[in-house]
Amino acid sequence: MNDENTLTPPVLEIRNLSLSMGGKKILRDVSFQVPEGGYLCVVGPNGAGKTSLVKCLMRIYARWNGTVKIRGRQVSGMTQRELAREIGYVSQADDRFFPFTTAQFLLMSRYPNLSPLSRAGARDHQAVRDAMVLTGIEGFADRDMRTLSGGERQKVFIAAALAQGARILLLDEPTTFLDPFHEGQVLAIIDRLRRLSGTTVISVTHDINHALIHAEQVLALVEGEMVFDGSPPDLLAPSNLKRIFGREFTLVPHPVSGKPVVVPEVPAR
Amino acid sequence: MTSFKGRTIILFLLGTTVLVLAAAPFIGMTPISPEVVFGGSGNRHEIFWRIRVPRVLAAWIAGAGLAAAGMAFQALFRNPLATPFTLGVASGAALGAAVAIRTGLSIAFLGISGVSLAALAGAILSVLLVYGLSRIRAPLTTTTLLLAGVAVNFFFSSLNLFAQYLSDFTHTFRIIRWLMGGLEVTDFDSVFQMVPFVAAGLVLIALKWRELDLLSAGEELAASRGVSVTRVQNTLFFGSSLVVGGVVAVCGPIGFVGIMAPHICRLLVGPVHSRLIPATVLFGGSFLAVCDTVARTIIAPAEIPVGVITALLGGPFFLWLLIWGEKGA
Repeated sequence: MNDENTLTPPVLEIRNLSLSMGGKKILRDVSFQVPEGGYLCVVGPNGAGKTSLVKCLMRIYARWNGTVKIRGRQVSGMTQRELAREIGYVSQADDRFFPFTTAQFLLMSRYPNLSPLSRAGARDHQAVRDAMVLTGIEGFADRDMRTLSGGERQKVFIAAALAQGARILLLDEPTTFLDPFHEGQVLAIIDRLRRLSGTTVISVTHDINHALIHAEQVLALVEGEMVFDGSPPDLLAPSNLKRIFGREFTLVPHPVSGKPVVVPEVPAR
Repeated sequence: MTSFKGRTIILFLLGTTVLVLAAAPFIGMTPISPEVVFGGSGNRHEIFWRIRVPRVLAAWIAGAGLAAAGMAFQALFRNPLATPFTLGVASGAALGAAVAIRTGLSIAFLGISGVSLAALAGAILSVLLVYGLSRIRAPLTTTTLLLAGVAVNFFFSSLNLFAQYLSDFTHTFRIIRWLMGGLEVTDFDSVFQMVPFVAAGLVLIALKWRELDLLSAGEELAASRGVSVTRVQNTLFFGSSLVVGGVVAVCGPIGFVGIMAPHICRLLVGPVHSRLIPATVLFGGSFLAVCDTVARTIIAPAEIPVGVITALLGGPFFLWLLIWGEKGA
C-alpha cells in the first residue's frame, strides 16, 4: 500500500513478524510500513493479536521472528534503551496504582536518556515540563498518581511516553475506558502531538469510527494474520468488514464531514 | 513528600548511625569509661575493642545488608511481603549449618568456622538451584522465580527438619538456636568475612536505583522505558543473594529487619529509590545494632536471640508509623 511512497522513507518497517507463545501462533508473517508522521490504527476482534503486535514492537515480547526497522535501522541491533528513545508505549488501562507523584513518574521516564551515574539535569526537567504542557497536566504535577482518575492517568501515561523523548507512539486502546470528555481530550492531545512534533502514532482500537475518522492507514488482524492494510475508506468495503468482524454494519455519512461512519444497530421491531 | 524533607530524614538517619556506632560498644554488663578506650589496656580495653566493637559493626553490616536485600526483592517482585529469604537462601544456609552441626564438621578456613562455611555453601546451592529451575522454562518471569524459591525453601526446610530429627538433643538445640539468628560474633574475622559479600552486593543494588523505580512500577512499563528487564533482574537477584548469603552464613536468618526496614523507610522518605536506598541501608544498620544491644543487655549475662528483639521492637514501631504517620506509602 505504501510501496509507491518512496519520497518519505518509512519510519517503521515490519517484515514477516511472527510470534509464538506457549506453542500457540499469535502473529503470522505480519508485514507493513508506516510513513513518518503517519497515523495507523490497528483493528480486529478480541484475541487477534493487536496488543501482542505493539508489545513486539516495544520488545516487551522479545522472542519474535522477522525484521523490524526504525528509520532503516534494524531493531535487533538496538539496545532496549536506544529503542525507548525512538518508541513510547502506553499500555491498556489497568488498575495498578503507583505510589509516585506525576512529576516523579515523568522524571523516571527520562530513563533512556540518562546514564547510571548522572543525575537528571536541566534538559530532563525541561522535557518533563514540555510533556506536561503538551498534555495539559501541569495541574497535577505533585499529585500522588493513586489519586488520579482514569482519564487523568491516561494523559499522564501519554505525557510520560513523550517525556521519554520518543517520536513514535504506540497506544493500546487509548480511549476505551474514558468518559466522552476525557476521550475528546486524549484525541485532541494525539492530534496536537502530530501537528506540533510530527509524532508517528500507532493506535490499537476497537472503535471502528476512531479508525475511520482519525487514521490515515488501517491495519486489520484476524487470528494473528494481517487481512487488511490500506486507507480507511477501503476498509468499509462490505467484504472487508464481514471478514474482519464477522458481521455487517450500518454505515451513514457523517453530517459534518460527509464521510461514512458506523452507527449502532437498533433492535428490529 | 518534598525532596527537602527526604534529604533531612536521610541526614538524620546518618547522624543516628554515627551515634549508634559510637555509643553501642559502651553499653553492656561491664561498664566502660571513655578513658579506657584509648590508651588504656587490660580487660576492659580488650572487651571494648575485641568484643563489643566487632559485634556492633557486625550487627550494623548485617542489618544494612538484609534491609537493602529486602528492599530490592520487594521492588523486584512488586510484593510487599517479599523478604531477603523469600528465594530460599536462608533455608539453604540453614541446611548447610544443620549438616555441619550434626556431623560435627570442624574444618575452619581463613578463620571462618565450619558452620559458617557450610551455611555459605548451602546459600550458594539454593541460589543456583532456584535460578536454574526457573530458567528451565524460558523466558524467566518473576512469578516462576518466586515459585521456584518457595519450592526450594520448603524442600530445604524439610531436609533441615529431617537433620534435626536424626540429631541428638544438643545438636538439635544448636540448630534451632542457629535458626533464630544471632550475633554471637566475638572477633573481627566474622566482620571481615561479611564485608566483601555485603559491600559487593550493595554496590550492585545501588547502581540500579533508577531501574528499581521502574521495575517497582511493572516489568512491561520498565521495558517500555528502556530497561533491559531480564538483565537488570539478574543483576539485582545476584547482588541481593550475595548480601543475604554473606550475612546468613555468619549471623543466621535474622528475621524482620529485611521485610520491615524498607517499609518503614518508604513511609519516611517515599518510594523513589534514590532516597530509599540510603535510608534503608542506614535505618536497617542502626536498627539491628540497637536491637542487638538490647538483646545482649536486657537479661545479661544471658542473651536473647536478636531475631526475637527485632520483631518485638520493630512491629509496634511499624504499626505506629503506619497508623499515625503523616501519610501512607
